[in-house]
Amino acid sequence: MSTVVDSTTAIDIQGLYKSFGQVRVLNGIDLKIAAGEVIAIIGKSGSGKSTLLRCINGLESFDSGQLFVQGQPLQYHNAKAMRTLRQQVGMIFQSFNLFPHLTVGQNIMLAPTLVQGISAQNAKTRALELLRRVGLAEKIDAFPEQLSGGQQQRVAIARALAMSPSVLLCDEITSALDPELVGEVLAVVESLARDGMTLLMVTHEMGFARKVSDRVIFMHQGRVHEQGAPETLFQYPRTPELVQFLSSLTS
Amino acid sequence: MYLVRRVVEFSIWDILRNLLLAARWTIVLSLIAFVGGGLVGLGLLVVRTTQMRVLQRAVSIYVSLFQGTPLLMQLFLAYFGLALFGVETSAWTAAAIALTLYSSAFLCEIWHGCVQAIPKGQWEAAQSLALNFLEQLRFIVLPQAARIAVPPTVGFLVQVVKGTALASVIGFVELTKAGTMITNATFKPFVVFTCVGLLYFLICYPISAYARKLEGQLHVYSR
Repeated sequence: MSTVVDSTTAIDIQGLYKSFGQVRVLNGIDLKIAAGEVIAIIGKSGSGKSTLLRCINGLESFDSGQLFVQGQPLQYHNAKAMRTLRQQVGMIFQSFNLFPHLTVGQNIMLAPTLVQGISAQNAKTRALELLRRVGLAEKIDAFPEQLSGGQQQRVAIARALAMSPSVLLCDEITSALDPELVGEVLAVVESLARDGMTLLMVTHEMGFARKVSDRVIFMHQGRVHEQGAPETLFQYPRTPELVQFLSSLTS
Repeated sequence: MYLVRRVVEFSIWDILRNLLLAARWTIVLSLIAFVGGGLVGLGLLVVRTTQMRVLQRAVSIYVSLFQGTPLLMQLFLAYFGLALFGVETSAWTAAAIALTLYSSAFLCEIWHGCVQAIPKGQWEAAQSLALNFLEQLRFIVLPQAARIAVPPTVGFLVQVVKGTALASVIGFVELTKAGTMITNATFKPFVVFTCVGLLYFLICYPISAYARKLEGQLHVYSR
């Protein structure tokens, strides 16, 4: 963690509501996230964690409320504004979602060349640099299916980083991995956190959340039910719902 | 006044030669139908893939109409229907138009299925990387959809080749029509139509064989 936490707001969410048909998934979310802050979002499945994350880069639209990224309002129907916003918000998925028809290098270089107009030469240099960072430089010409799950997820992280985002959203990124591969992915995420990247991660890895995050958010029935520093929140949960959730994990 | 009825002697070679000449037009018409249908179909596919409900619906109706009526009727409508509106159509134009529209509907439907087979996560990953809709389609979804589209598309090309036979009813001289004409002159329907069938087979079989080869090549993502 950098010593000085930047006080500027990276993400500002105000009164966010969203329903899927009759089911209300987000029930009035208010949340401010500072630049460089590392947030772990926990909660039962169906509590709205993933939906909240997906609203932040517009994969999901919301019904009412406001969402600002770096001070800019998210305008779901404005393609140009979304293009700008999505360059600042990277996302990593549970199922990696690498492009199977492209090599690792092409996966990483595609968006910077297309969207940001970076030359192929520069994009390649940058891709190699990022792959080195996630420990996979030698895989640049491999196809995704030739890699293990953990390696694929690390490539996905490199791909998201290639756009130089200021915020990274991680949606249960280790849930699809074999247990022995979880560590290598978390190590990369931890190094990002240390370098001051703003991180929002939906996670089931409580140990990791505790170790890396600045703030833990417990979601329940579409609301931010309880939040706080990891040591206090895990040690002294205030609401019965959180107590129950935490005990359900240990049992 | 008397009439001399001269029976022309056709050797097998004469029959084949004439049929081969006509087979050119079967191939040309198939190509027109396939390329035209492919382009129109691709356009329809893009429209159908966007989130605009009204346009999606319109394309669905278009596809249903062409899939739900016989090609023969579509050829009649193109030939006689356009004439009703004062547009003079040759058998060529009518056949080309009808077969193009017909192919576009089927190809749109085939390709739409292939696009839908691409996991949602691929779209979402591309969206997250700030690619716009056309970039998502062009660089991520269509290349992957194309791999699975090859066998059914080429299979349909074979249908189109055989479908061109129907253009004979509006007077377009292709392989089947030529076969009928030669039969009328030679009175050897069995020989003539055996040759016709053989020629269709010679056109269609390599296409199917190529499709199988292509399918094998494209199946693997790795080199």
